[in-house]
Amino acid sequence: MDEVLLARMLFGSSMAFHIIFATLGVGITLMILVAEITRAIKKDDHYGVMAKRWTKGFAVLLGVAIPSGTIVGVMLSLLWPGYMAIVGRVIALPFQVEIFAFFLEAVFMSIYVYAADRLSNSMRIVSVALVALGATASAVLITDAHAWMNTPRGFDVVNGEIMNVRPWEAVFNPSVYVTVLHVVSTAYMAGAFVIASIAAFKLMKNKLSDSERAYHRKGLTISLIIGAVMSLYTAVNGHDTAKMLYEYLPVKLAAAEGLFETQDNAPLAIFGIPDPERGEVVGGIEIPGMLSWLASGSTDGVVQGLNDFPEEYWPPLFVHTLFNIMVGIGFSLLGLSFGALFYRFVFPRKALPKWILAVLVTSGPLAMLGIETGWIFSCTGRQPWTIYGVQLTSEAATNSGNLGFLFALFITLYVTLLVLTSLVLKFYFGRNPVSKELENMNV
Amino acid sequence: MTDPYIAITIIWAFLFVYAIAGSIDFGAGFWAMYYTRKENTEASVIANRYLSPSWEVTNVFLVLLVVALVGFFPGAASYLGTLMILPFSFVLILLTIRGTFMVYAYSSKKYSRMLTIISGTTGLFIPALLVATLPIAIGGFVSIGEGRDYLLFNEIFASPTLYTHIGFGLSTELFLASLLLSDYSREAQNEKTYLVYRKNALWLGPVTLLFAVAATFTLLPEAGWMVENMMNVWYLFAFSLLAFIIGYAALFIPSGKENPGRPRLSVIFIVIQFGLASLGYGFSHMPYILYPDLTIQDAFTDPTMFRWLLVGYGVGLAILVPAFVVFWRLFMKDKRYLQAEK
Repeated sequence: MDEVLLARMLFGSSMAFHIIFATLGVGITLMILVAEITRAIKKDDHYGVMAKRWTKGFAVLLGVAIPSGTIVGVMLSLLWPGYMAIVGRVIALPFQVEIFAFFLEAVFMSIYVYAADRLSNSMRIVSVALVALGATASAVLITDAHAWMNTPRGFDVVNGEIMNVRPWEAVFNPSVYVTVLHVVSTAYMAGAFVIASIAAFKLMKNKLSDSERAYHRKGLTISLIIGAVMSLYTAVNGHDTAKMLYEYLPVKLAAAEGLFETQDNAPLAIFGIPDPERGEVVGGIEIPGMLSWLASGSTDGVVQGLNDFPEEYWPPLFVHTLFNIMVGIGFSLLGLSFGALFYRFVFPRKALPKWILAVLVTSGPLAMLGIETGWIFSCTGRQPWTIYGVQLTSEAATNSGNLGFLFALFITLYVTLLVLTSLVLKFYFGRNPVSKELENMNV
Repeated sequence: MTDPYIAITIIWAFLFVYAIAGSIDFGAGFWAMYYTRKENTEASVIANRYLSPSWEVTNVFLVLLVVALVGFFPGAASYLGTLMILPFSFVLILLTIRGTFMVYAYSSKKYSRMLTIISGTTGLFIPALLVATLPIAIGGFVSIGEGRDYLLFNEIFASPTLYTHIGFGLSTELFLASLLLSDYSREAQNEKTYLVYRKNALWLGPVTLLFAVAATFTLLPEAGWMVENMMNVWYLFAFSLLAFIIGYAALFIPSGKENPGRPRLSVIFIVIQFGLASLGYGFSHMPYILYPDLTIQDAFTDPTMFRWLLVGYGVGLAILVPAFVVFWRLFMKDKRYLQAEK
C-alpha cells in the first residue's frame, strides 16, 4: 500500500484515539470546577460527591490521555519528519508552551487527587482551577499549531528554504481565534453532554432513592446548562468559521458545501453527495442563497467553487458528509439541551419524561461523534496539503518504511485500551455506587 | 558560547533530568515487581508509593525533551524521527501500556498484580531501548539516501558497544533507584526497607562503574573520534569518579540512626557523578548529533525562533518551579503521606 496513505492512517487513528481522551480531559475538568464552585456557593454536599466521582473518572481518562498524547507528539516527528523540520523553525512556540501547560495540569492533578484530604476547601478549588486552566491552555496551544497549518504565516519561502521567520506572526495567524474558540467550546460541550448522558441514564431507572434521584437531577441540570451555553456559543462561532474559510480557505469551504461553480446567491446544501461529473450535490436539500449569506453576510456574496481550483488540489469530496454530520449534531444538541432545560424550569416539580431522558442519553455519544467528524473534516479538508499552500502531505511523510507493521501494532493497542478503559470505569463505578457515597455523606 | 551550543546544553539538561528521573521511576517499577512475592513486601510498597505520584511528571520530561529537540534542532528531530521510527514506536507502546495500567490499578485492585508485572518488565525494556539509541547516534549504523533512510540492524546487533551501553544503562537505573528508595525509606523511618535497598546499592555501584569502563572500551573500534574527544575532557571524568567515591562512601558513614549510611548524601553525589560523566560524554559527542551526517550547526533552528524559545523556557520555568516546590513538599516531605498505612 502507498506509504503516505499508511502514514496518514496511522497518524489519523492515533489522533482519533487521543482526541477522545483529550477532549473529555478538557471538558470534564470544567465540570469538576463548576461542581466544586457550586458546592462552595450552595453549601450542598451533593456537588462535592459529584466533583469527587467525576475526578475519579477523569483521572482514569487522563491516565490514557497522557500516554496517547505522548504517542501523538513523538509520532509527529516519526511519521512527518518533513513537516516537523518546518514546524521547529516557525511554529515551535505553542508546542513548547504547551508542555508547561501540561505540566501545570499534571502537577496540580496529582495534588488534587492524591492530596485531596490534606487540602483546605479553597485550596482545592484553586488546584482544580489550575488543572482546568492547564487542560484548556493545552488545547488552545495545540489548536494554534493546527490553525497555522490551515493558514500558515510568519515566514517566507525563498528558493525552497524557510527564511525570515516571525514566530509571533505564526502564533497569531488569521484562523487562530475562531479555531481555538471552536475547539475549546466543543470540548466543554462534549464533557457536559457525556455527563448529561450518564445522569439521564441513571434517572431512567425505576429503583432510585430520593437522595440518588436528587443527586442525578442536579448533575443533569448543571451539565445541561453548561452544554446549552457552549452549544449556543459554538453555533455563533460556526458562523465566524464560515467567514474565515470564505476569506482564507475557499477551497475547503467549497468542498465542505459541495459547491462546484463560483457564484453569487450560492445555496447551502444539506446532505446529499457531491458529484464531480454533474458538478452539483445529488440528493441533498438546497437552501438558495444561504451559503453566500453565511459566508459573506449577504446573498450577493460570490462564493468560489471547486472548479476554480486545479482538481489535484481538491480535498476528498466526502468531507461534505463529515461536515454535515458535525453541524447536524451541533444543532441537535443545541435544541436538545434548551428543550430539556425549558421543561425543567417550566415544570420544576415534575420529573423529565422518560422519552426526553432517553433522547438525552444519546447526547454524549453524539457529542463525541461530532468531535471526531469535526477533526477528520478539518484535517482531511486540508488535503492534499499538510501546511496549506506550502507543503504537500506526500512531501512531509517519512520514507523509512515498516508502516504497515506499526499500523497493526498501534491499532491493536488502541482497541485493547478502549476496551480495558471502559471495563475499568465500569468496574470502579459498579463497585462504588453513588448510593454508598451519599449514605456516607449523611453520617 | 554560540547559539547552537547554548541550545544543545539545554537539551543536555533535559536529557539529564529525564535520565535521572526516568531511572528512578523505571527502577522503582522493577524493584516493586522484584519484591512483591518475597518477605520484603514493604520494599515493594515503598517503591509503589513513590511511583504513584511521580510517573506523570517523569513522563512530561520525556515530552519536554522531544519538544525541545524539535524547537531547537528541527533538522535533528526529523532526521532522528525517520531513522528511529521502530525503536521509538516500541518505547511509545511500552510507555502507554505502563502508564495506563498505572491508572487502572489505582482504580481497581484487580489490576494491581498485572500492573506490578507490567511496570516491572517495561521498567527494564524502556530504558534499554532508549539507551540503545546512544551507540546508534555515534556509530554510523545508518543508511541514508537512495529514497529510503533506515537503520542497519544487523551491524547494530553485532556491535559489542550496544550491549555494554545497555548494561550500563540498566545497572545505572537500578543503582539510582536503589539509592533513592533507600533515602525514601529512611525518610519514612522504615529502617528495615532502608537496609534492603542499601544492600542493592552496595553491589550495583561497582557494577555500574565496570560497565562504564567497558562501554568506553567497546566504543573504541566503532567511534574512535569520540574516545579521542573524551581524552580531551578527562578531568570531567576524573571529577565524576571522585564524586562516585564520595557518594559510595557515604553509605558507610555513621548516621546516628540504628544503621550506618547517609543515603541523602549518597543520592546527591551520585547524581553529581552522572551529571559530570554525561557532560563529558556530551562534550565528546560534539559537534555531531548523528555521526557523521548531522552536526548541531546543520540542524539548528531559526535564530529568531531560538531567542523566543529561550524567553518561553524562562517564563515557563518561573511558573513551574513554585508548583514543583508545592508538589515536593506534599509527597516527598509530608510525613502523613510517607507513612500512610494503606
